[in-house]
Amino acid sequence: MNRRTFFRVSAAAAGGMLLSMYFDSPMLAQEPAAIVYPPDAFVHIRPDGRVVITINRCELGQGVSTALAMLLADEMDADWSQVVAELAPAASIYKDPVYGFQNTGGSATIANSFQQYRELGAKTRAMLIASAADRWHVSPSDCRAAKSVVHGPGGQSARYAELADDAARRPVPGKVALKKPSEFQIIGKPTRRLDSRAKCDGSQKFGLDLDLPGMLIAVVARPPVFGGRVKAFDDQGARGLPGVREVFEIPRVRGAGVAVVADRFWTAKLARDRLKIDWDLSGIEHADSAELSKRYKELARTPGNVAVNSGDPTVLDGFAPENRILAEYEFPYLAHTPMEPLNATARFDGDRAEVWVPSQFPTFDQAAVAEVLGLKPAQVSFHIEYAGGGFGRRQSFDSHVPREAAAIAKRMRGIPVKVVWTREDDVQGGYYRPMFVHRVEVGIGDAGMPIAWRHVVVGQSYVMGTPFESYLVKNGVDFDAVTGTADMPYSVPNLQVTAHHPTVNVPAAQWRSIGSTHNAFVMETLIDELATRANVDPIAYRLKLIKPDARRLRATLALLEEMSSWRNHLPRGHAVGIACNEYQGTAVASAAEVSIENKRLRMHRVTIALHCGLAVNPLSIESQFQGGTIFGLTQIVAKGAITLKNGRVEQRNFDGFTPPYIVDAPTAIDVHIVPSTEAPTGTGEPPVPVIAPAVVNALFRLTGTRYRTLPLVAAL
Amino acid sequence: MGEGGEAMSMTTYDLQVNGRRKSVTVDPSTPLLWVLREDLKMTGTKYGCGIGACGACTVHLGGVATRSCVVPIALVGGRSITTIEGMGRDPVGRVVQDAWVEKDVVQCGYCQSGQIMSVVALLKSNRKPTDTNIEESLGGNLCRCGTYVRIREAVKRAAEKLA
Repeated sequence: MNRRTFFRVSAAAAGGMLLSMYFDSPMLAQEPAAIVYPPDAFVHIRPDGRVVITINRCELGQGVSTALAMLLADEMDADWSQVVAELAPAASIYKDPVYGFQNTGGSATIANSFQQYRELGAKTRAMLIASAADRWHVSPSDCRAAKSVVHGPGGQSARYAELADDAARRPVPGKVALKKPSEFQIIGKPTRRLDSRAKCDGSQKFGLDLDLPGMLIAVVARPPVFGGRVKAFDDQGARGLPGVREVFEIPRVRGAGVAVVADRFWTAKLARDRLKIDWDLSGIEHADSAELSKRYKELARTPGNVAVNSGDPTVLDGFAPENRILAEYEFPYLAHTPMEPLNATARFDGDRAEVWVPSQFPTFDQAAVAEVLGLKPAQVSFHIEYAGGGFGRRQSFDSHVPREAAAIAKRMRGIPVKVVWTREDDVQGGYYRPMFVHRVEVGIGDAGMPIAWRHVVVGQSYVMGTPFESYLVKNGVDFDAVTGTADMPYSVPNLQVTAHHPTVNVPAAQWRSIGSTHNAFVMETLIDELATRANVDPIAYRLKLIKPDARRLRATLALLEEMSSWRNHLPRGHAVGIACNEYQGTAVASAAEVSIENKRLRMHRVTIALHCGLAVNPLSIESQFQGGTIFGLTQIVAKGAITLKNGRVEQRNFDGFTPPYIVDAPTAIDVHIVPSTEAPTGTGEPPVPVIAPAVVNALFRLTGTRYRTLPLVAAL
Repeated sequence: MGEGGEAMSMTTYDLQVNGRRKSVTVDPSTPLLWVLREDLKMTGTKYGCGIGACGACTVHLGGVATRSCVVPIALVGGRSITTIEGMGRDPVGRVVQDAWVEKDVVQCGYCQSGQIMSVVALLKSNRKPTDTNIEESLGGNLCRCGTYVRIREAVKRAAEKLA
């Protein structure tokens, strides 16, 4: 990646030292936004000794505010007990140094900002040491730093807070040496979250908790079919409620809606219930899950656009029926349902605007708000709020939530308005993990290994038509839709993977671990089937079949083998399933123990091995893998599906779309990390894909049935 | 709850919240959750579903763990209301919060007020909860980050400290 980096240091207005770092690396062509946010800093050493570290990501629960602070604090030799993490606003300097835009997604934070935050820390430390050395008339190389104190050769010492004003007047050094892994004091040590206490005593503010003077609340009536328009509406009943301030139509990304603005949420909601809206649903597709299923299965019988074609896949046709597997899989739409419902707050002042959004995509959301209001992005002050979960739902390519807030703020000029999505709005609001059908034929050779593999994937692409199309779509194939199959880690000499991307009137979006949610399921259940037919242990079979260059996956499977010896001593009625996957460079292998109690799935122990390079915060990685495993169970719990009938979403709330509760979760999840000092890769999404196939592979051992349609609705 | 055509009638209610007297004037159908969040500015209690299905809004009403999103303010009566903001001064609440921090339970943290309120209610009536007791008491508290494994550990840790 071709990039230039600029640093700037300054004295903070309130005292202390600020270090900023500027990047110039546009992956997407964009005008360089003006820096409008003081303090535009990454590090602020305050006179009271606190070290405030600015986090260039959204804290969604994944622990970035702690992990990034650890990177910087370690290289800076800061006293960890004095470290405070704060979320940055949207600003050019806070762009992802690799992607060139500001976002939180793709498990990219640690992978892309590892070097960045360490360099910032190392430069800060060098300037503090140089200031101390000047003061003592000694060489900087004779000084050392530890826990926010510089120590000199003659026993002198000075606290960072005392040195900060001097350091702020120094030039920022060019190249600085970074620590060797053996020198890390904080990185690699299990470290508790910085935001834990505030999240346990109710004081942590999320986007939905924002309260501004004079703020009003808006809820929006949206059409019952995606893209519907407003023909006419009667707001007499709504306006009759005391506290209702305005009722008006707003344009939406698709179609239109009617916004109700009131002085409180409950009034706005009651008023919305009283609206009588005549929707125009003509000329728009009324998507229907049952019809889509039929259509997709039909499409899957023909090859689509080619993702990969190696060897001679037609040899498949020469295999006798007993040496072939034909498997058809079906996956439903899935909602993300982060616990904090979607929201955005905006105030429009004519020549500028201020917005507050728990956003995974600030660069795009800021630009979208500016577009709605006829402003330049730099005229929109964009605050990133703590998010109550994201899972991809707060990273939409069309910024539909902030756009609603902007459209309402435009009408309510000068008044801050918070748009609140109810849970029903969220469950029925689209932007789902798309529905998919896979059809796979495998030809099995003499040693029980796959010789030929023909694989058709059918499902919507949500990147086509967005600025990301040119990066992710090749030859008409959306890489997200075939990730894990087209680039499968297994050696299959004759392989063809093709894809169809039908257009459907249901907004779709990335869902934690994107295409791996279905591709890993198909791959890992088929590999299990092959291992079973070959009568080989599922871990041994995988180790035999994986490509020589799948180094991390191999190490991970070997560690799982070592850590899951319990799988050979199971209580009666229990079974174990194995699955593995590599996502964004992080390899994961899982062994899941299940039983069937009262005709329903019961999870027991899960053992996970993983390789993510250097483990920056092992405690947080363990959390991500425990939690991501349970998030992955959303795919198989009985009510883990969004379905449509005649254009209408059939589920309304958590009673219809029901993610895993504690009773659905494993009782224990032990996580083992392959020791490594390689550059770190992400851990937010990689835990998700492996659990569903591992569970289903275990269920096969109990029931003899291969489950190829999700969710597992039938009684077991 | 106010879904019909009748007009709203603002009514004044005297409440006992975390041991303090509060007075609010709202429509009688307003759920306790929104009175806490919007009128009393106590946003530690969270909105997650509005139908009592996720537990994010759990408070203690007369000492009983209750989903505040489905309790109209008119039905609260003289019962005491305890929220997450009152847990720091509660002997069991403080122990549970400390166990949560020690076990590094939270991720996004949005559901944790409700989880903690459910656990405190459990531990006040049962100092030695079994796995089944934990599942029953927390069975309606949803966590999308999937912190359940650590929640189990932290409940046991809190019970140990209270023993």
